[in-house]
Amino acid sequence: MSLTPQEFEYLEKKIGRKPNPLELQIVAAEWSEHCSYKSSKKHLKILPKEGKRVISGPGYDSGVLDVGDGYVVTVHIESHNHPSAVEPYGGAATGVGGVIRDILSAGTRPIAILDGLRFGNIEQDKHALWLFKNAVRGIADYGNCLGIPTIGGEIEFDKCFTNYALVDVASIGFGKKENLIRNKAEKGDYVVLIGGSTGRDGIGGSQFASDKLEAENRSAVQIPDPFIEKLVIEVILEARNQKCIKAMKDLGGGGLSCAISETADALGVGIELDLSLVHKREQNMSPSELMVSESQERMLVVTDLKKLGTLKKICEKFRVPYSVIGKVKNDNLMEVKLDKNTIAKLPSPIVANAPLLDRPSSKPKYLHNIEKIKKPKTPKNLSQTLLRMLSNPNIASKQWVYTQYDHEVGIRTVVKPGSDGSVLRLDNGKFLAAKIDGNSKHCYINPRDGVIGCFDEACRNVVCTGAKPIGMVDHLQFGNPEDPEIFWTFKESVQAITDYAKYFEIPCVGGKVSLYNETDKGPIKPTPLIGVLGLIERKPLIPQKIEDGDLLVMLGTTKDELGGSEYYEYIHDLVGGKCPAVDMKSSKKTQDAVLDLIEKDMVKVAHDCSKGGLAVAISKLCITNNIGCTVSLEKIPSEKLHHDELIFSESHSRFLLVIKPEDEKKTMSILKQSGIIHARVGIFSGKDIVFQEKSSAVVRVRVDKAQEKWLNSLGALVTHG
Amino acid sequence: MKVAVIVFPGSNCDRDMHHVLTDVFHLESQLVWHTDELPKNIDAIVLPGGFSYGDRLRAGVIAAHSPVIKDIKKMAERGMPILGVCNGFQILVESGLLPGALLKNTSLNFMCKWTEIIVKNNKTPFTNKLKLGQRIPIAIANGEGRYYADDKTLASLKKNNQIVFTYAEEVNGASLDIAGICNKAGNVVGMMPHPERSAEQIINPNNSKPASLIFESLLNTLGVTA
Repeated sequence: MSLTPQEFEYLEKKIGRKPNPLELQIVAAEWSEHCSYKSSKKHLKILPKEGKRVISGPGYDSGVLDVGDGYVVTVHIESHNHPSAVEPYGGAATGVGGVIRDILSAGTRPIAILDGLRFGNIEQDKHALWLFKNAVRGIADYGNCLGIPTIGGEIEFDKCFTNYALVDVASIGFGKKENLIRNKAEKGDYVVLIGGSTGRDGIGGSQFASDKLEAENRSAVQIPDPFIEKLVIEVILEARNQKCIKAMKDLGGGGLSCAISETADALGVGIELDLSLVHKREQNMSPSELMVSESQERMLVVTDLKKLGTLKKICEKFRVPYSVIGKVKNDNLMEVKLDKNTIAKLPSPIVANAPLLDRPSSKPKYLHNIEKIKKPKTPKNLSQTLLRMLSNPNIASKQWVYTQYDHEVGIRTVVKPGSDGSVLRLDNGKFLAAKIDGNSKHCYINPRDGVIGCFDEACRNVVCTGAKPIGMVDHLQFGNPEDPEIFWTFKESVQAITDYAKYFEIPCVGGKVSLYNETDKGPIKPTPLIGVLGLIERKPLIPQKIEDGDLLVMLGTTKDELGGSEYYEYIHDLVGGKCPAVDMKSSKKTQDAVLDLIEKDMVKVAHDCSKGGLAVAISKLCITNNIGCTVSLEKIPSEKLHHDELIFSESHSRFLLVIKPEDEKKTMSILKQSGIIHARVGIFSGKDIVFQEKSSAVVRVRVDKAQEKWLNSLGALVTHG
Repeated sequence: MKVAVIVFPGSNCDRDMHHVLTDVFHLESQLVWHTDELPKNIDAIVLPGGFSYGDRLRAGVIAAHSPVIKDIKKMAERGMPILGVCNGFQILVESGLLPGALLKNTSLNFMCKWTEIIVKNNKTPFTNKLKLGQRIPIAIANGEGRYYADDKTLASLKKNNQIVFTYAEEVNGASLDIAGICNKAGNVVGMMPHPERSAEQIINPNNSKPASLIFESLLNTLGVTA
């Protein structure tokens, strides 16, 4: 793995000479797809990044949003797919560590983690089950030790992830605007490496992640140490409080090569460092190993002579190793020395900015016929079908996972995992809602409608807590970009996210691209992930206990959109059909109406209707409240559909609202005025979940039976195989 | 009246505890780094939860050798109210201030959830505002929270009224369902559940009043009128 002949030629021309082998290693690490975004960068420019709350600055590794009263929220998302597919425990754990340091880099304290996990079919594939279990344990052990709550996420199982894993981690930070790191440096400032020692782990990790997964390259996987990370967090925040940090960057993909070249480039300065000064874990490490090692828990800090002593004292208090490895210069060069002898000298703007590519793209052939399918027969016993749907690992409760994550530490978690969106309280009396959503099944059938659906779903989840979306992050995960058909799905997704973000005026404050997600069996389905943050000015909607006689109101229309649905894929093993499409205009109106009703205290519970359709969404309300519900199918606003289609369609922009009977009149009149399609479709009572048509039951399932399936299936599968 | 909250490398509930003591119950509290001397004028000590030293060797065992522990032992002998929560409880056990041991949960997993504990001793500085048998909805979050002691120790715990809290349901395989204990004198209390996560209504999905009585008991002990 190194540079292509064209890149080599470009480099030679730019520096006017042949690079030496070390220089070549440095450039190869930085010009890897993982670090340079050379395939994607041109296309990402269309995403809307401006907004009234967005604060941007040079060299920020995370998005920064102003939440008022002098406070900011930061957010970032990363994945650790290749390492997790080889070594799920360490891969997932270091995935958490990496994104946490991006939040720290801005000068904010990480206050929450969300993770999106994807594996093969764990019901049939023991290897997928092993990957799943160990990735969860890796995240738990790392996040719990740091004392940063994992407040939410999502999990999907699909055959396309066989022998592979997608481990996405988003993190949220919080702090004072005045404490944001300014990222400025001057000649003579010191460059300090703080944290874990540099060893031979994660060598070439960024290049490993920029190719398809062929061999198990364990040395490319980084080793986690959450204890050091915790100490590094406290060192950095104390150093921030004592104004010791002029600029900062975390060491991630590409190790020192990337951190040095990108810092120098972003700050418009030169950096000279001596590798003999780096604190190391192993002996006899070569300069190129030191430059590309991705050993974890390391931060690069620029400080000045005045503050260097204080910074050292803080490190010593926490017994965190550090080394002063170099100095800032007023040229633009990164100069690497070993025992004072120069061994590499390159202009950082060239190293940090790989030549960008124009990849060809063409619409995948499979898309031409995927919507045309023969519809499956309606099962005779839909009650049985519903129970099977509730035990489907994609739908069943994820409590086996989130009870292993400390989601309470920090005492901010107001709406806990297992709900629609999670909500954190902030120090200024406001609340922050967060959700990430992805859906590879929808995105495979229609990359555009699929990703817009994920975006809409994440917004709906946040809206269900009473929050107004204020910013988003995206994580674009695809196969090999050199395949024009895959690259087309990437471009299509970016355009779709842009369109939705512009229409809803939600700025994109960060993101990540992960390509080459494939094994020798082929690429993954397109799997873009959308994270949405929402702000609640007054008070969040904490789901209230549903009582006998409460009413169920449904907003939005149910359509013949079962392509990529859990019903088609899990029950009928059918991939195809028309996947749900969002009507942005009506979705926006519906979201606004839900927020309005919540603001007026008319809603006991607001619940999004997505995976598994309304049958699953209503069952979940019954299960978590231990109460039955009778739903009249003829009242559900819909196209003309068969019973199975009606209850399992995954059409977007639908909400379920639980209201008190005495609020019915007022609620309906508000909804009528706002011109939204809505209906009162059911009443909560008794011990059965019933879907009936003209008083004859189409589905009747006892709540306790549904509970048993939904609550225990995933845990039982993991424990007993 | 001043409470010292001891911070070890890897403590992560220190700021939460400090917030609840200071902002919710208006007690003056101070974070004290484990190598610093205890401030002179303190009236109570809290060892917060977290992963001191990353739980290396065994949860709490390295922190039990911190310089500050010597001072804490002195204060314990003088009868000062001392509370250890979660990792703080593990440290009290490892330092010998409380008997028994904390083992891996029988689920073998870290467990973060809400449960209920029952008050078994309301004579301690941290339970004197609670009623015997009162149930407290409370958050637990630990991997090694299963209290264990041999039969002889358990018998003496019972005899000396040292069992402070028990779980209302089977949670982790603890001996006698023990969630918290105290020393013979009753001034040193250790508990696995997190009162600081449970004493504010906005973050407690059930009723926060009983957990807040743990802090109000301390106020009562220190003679502060709420």
